[in-house]
Amino acid sequence: MSDRVLDVKNLSIDIPLAEGMLHAVDGIDIHVDKGETLCIVGESGCGKSLTSLAVMDLLPKKAIRRLERLDLAGASILDYSEQQMSDIRGSKMGMIFQEPMTSLNPAFTIGNQMVETLQRHRKMNRVAARDLAKRMLEKVGITAADQRLNQYPHQLSGGLRQRVMIAMTLLCEPELIIADEPTTALDVTIQAQILLLLQELQSEFDMGLILITHDLGVVARIATRVAVMYAGQIVEQGTVKQIFDNPMHPYTRGLMRCIPVPGKTKPGEPLGSIPGMVPSLVGKFTGCRFAERCDHVTDACRQSDIELRAESGKTQGYRCIIDAKEMAKVA
Amino acid sequence: MLFYSIKRFGLATLVALTVSFISFGLLYLSSDPAIAMAGETASDADIEAIRKLYGFDRPILVQYLDWLQRAIAGDLGKSYYFRTDVSSLIGERLPTTMMLGVSAITFAIVFSVPLGVAAAIRPNSIIDRIALFLSVMGQALPSFWFALMLIILLSVNLRLLPTSGSDTWLHFVMPTVVLGYYAAPAIMRLTRTGMLEVLSTDYIRTARAKGLRPSVVLFKHALRNAIIPVVSLAAVQFGFMLGGSIVVETIFALHGAGFLAWESITRNDLPTVQGLILVFSLFYIVLTFLADLLNAWLDPRIRIS
Ligand SMILES: Nc1ncnc2c1ncn2[C@@H]1O[C@H](COP(=O)(O)OP(=O)(O)OP(=O)(O)O)[C@@H](O)[C@H]1O
Ligand SMILES: [Mg+2]
Repeated sequence: MSDRVLDVKNLSIDIPLAEGMLHAVDGIDIHVDKGETLCIVGESGCGKSLTSLAVMDLLPKKAIRRLERLDLAGASILDYSEQQMSDIRGSKMGMIFQEPMTSLNPAFTIGNQMVETLQRHRKMNRVAARDLAKRMLEKVGITAADQRLNQYPHQLSGGLRQRVMIAMTLLCEPELIIADEPTTALDVTIQAQILLLLQELQSEFDMGLILITHDLGVVARIATRVAVMYAGQIVEQGTVKQIFDNPMHPYTRGLMRCIPVPGKTKPGEPLGSIPGMVPSLVGKFTGCRFAERCDHVTDACRQSDIELRAESGKTQGYRCIIDAKEMAKVA
Repeated sequence: MLFYSIKRFGLATLVALTVSFISFGLLYLSSDPAIAMAGETASDADIEAIRKLYGFDRPILVQYLDWLQRAIAGDLGKSYYFRTDVSSLIGERLPTTMMLGVSAITFAIVFSVPLGVAAAIRPNSIIDRIALFLSVMGQALPSFWFALMLIILLSVNLRLLPTSGSDTWLHFVMPTVVLGYYAAPAIMRLTRTGMLEVLSTDYIRTARAKGLRPSVVLFKHALRNAIIPVVSLAAVQFGFMLGGSIVVETIFALHGAGFLAWESITRNDLPTVQGLILVFSLFYIVLTFLADLLNAWLDPRIRIS
């Protein structure tokens, strides 16, 4: 497919720890097309950040990455050297991180940090690079861009810094942007602005966007497709409509019960929550990872690993032994 | 930045005044200055005459202000032993000490910053272990012992370098190494810890996510931040070397201010000791002040607040 921006097949990440091997991510497939927003959701520690860092090849040194396929814009980058990877980082794919307060270097001006990115990837003199940086700041809604270029990160608010990060990531017009909880550290009012901005820019530049978030309200508004992660695996994926209207996996269903619905959820009524804890992923694990917390668990769930099964014409898939018909009954 | 500098300057002045008062008081703490000047065998009447002549009978604060006024004008009194002006005595010796201090701190920085960076890039590697070994040695070896070993090896056995004196640059090689090696471990450790800390920050991850070359990530983004505390430390170490080179200057018979300190201490030459303490402390204060300014210049968060 020509407009496939990212294609990842069978990604696993192991981290050696003192207590044994942590299988943090196990057999993940994701893909993003041009102009599409893939939202990855799942609770803290399920491997969302590691997955995105693995795509950028920026994992911590001790982490061991295994992959069957890693294609960016139709070309395999699986066997790229560090040198080749650094050529495409920042130019063909960019990443926005959770902490705008610490993601920019305190010792250099905004202008300096933007210009260096451009000059790394494009043949451009300082003046032209500065000019482009200024226009990009304006594009992300920053006023008085000229002055901002001369300011240091600590002189800007968190929301502004995240806008700067977005502008910096967009400079070389990458085909793919990965945003790892870009608004978690910001005020609620600013969160919405930043997400809307990301969405706008994504369609303007016709990029692929991977957005990692905890916020299902956000997902409902801007996702094209959704991947639900649990304990290092994707337990369900599908279009945003499929996931919200017809969640199949018991974990996804649990998540959906956690969102308050205006008009339906009465004030004071407790929101759903999923009791229990995520299993330890140190050492070998067999069977369904959600079994401990699942209402529908049977012996079969613990005996062998569960494959991701395809439903609804293959765009939706989920990892559960209960098939669609039965699932409709238990709901 | 201006406000910051003024605040620092005010602070430095206060410290300098305090130090000057202490070094002034030193004369009175140790013994009655009138007796010291008149000599042990002088009669009570002679001592009393000297006390009047030099104004030792006036209130202490008046004497201090008087002394301070003269000190500021460059008059630090007369040396009991050398029978000359203390200020010109110190002035003659300072260039040697300065030269030793500058070469030693340069040696320490050139030796330990690259080593610290290399150790931080690969923690627990061979280089890291060598750096650790060298710094433990540097901290554990007493300078006089290290100096003597160098003399035995380089001067006595190999006959490469002169043992004492300050005539040529060759005379400065061993003192520089000994004094610099004494300061190197702290600088090395601080560079290493600073680099390790900075290398795990979010903005380094951002720099890599932008595709910057490893050398740019390391030397522009990381070192620039890690070096800020190192600059302060080096300035303090430099001040310490100017005053603390007594042992090294004595062993190598470099006729600098440190050697002068040793001479005047052993001869009970209080005005000279007093003058030296004042000068050394002022150096220290000025250097700390300059280090603060340099720090602010390097760190925009201090410079623009
Ligand atoms: N450098 C590391 N060393 C050891 N373990 C790590 C490291 N980085 C991540 N992990 C572990 O890997 C698992 C997945 O981490 P990851 O950061 O990908 O989670 P996440 O889904 O992004 O969580 P969050 O929503 O809190 O950001 C966690 O259990 C975490 O403890
Ligand atoms: Mg995360």
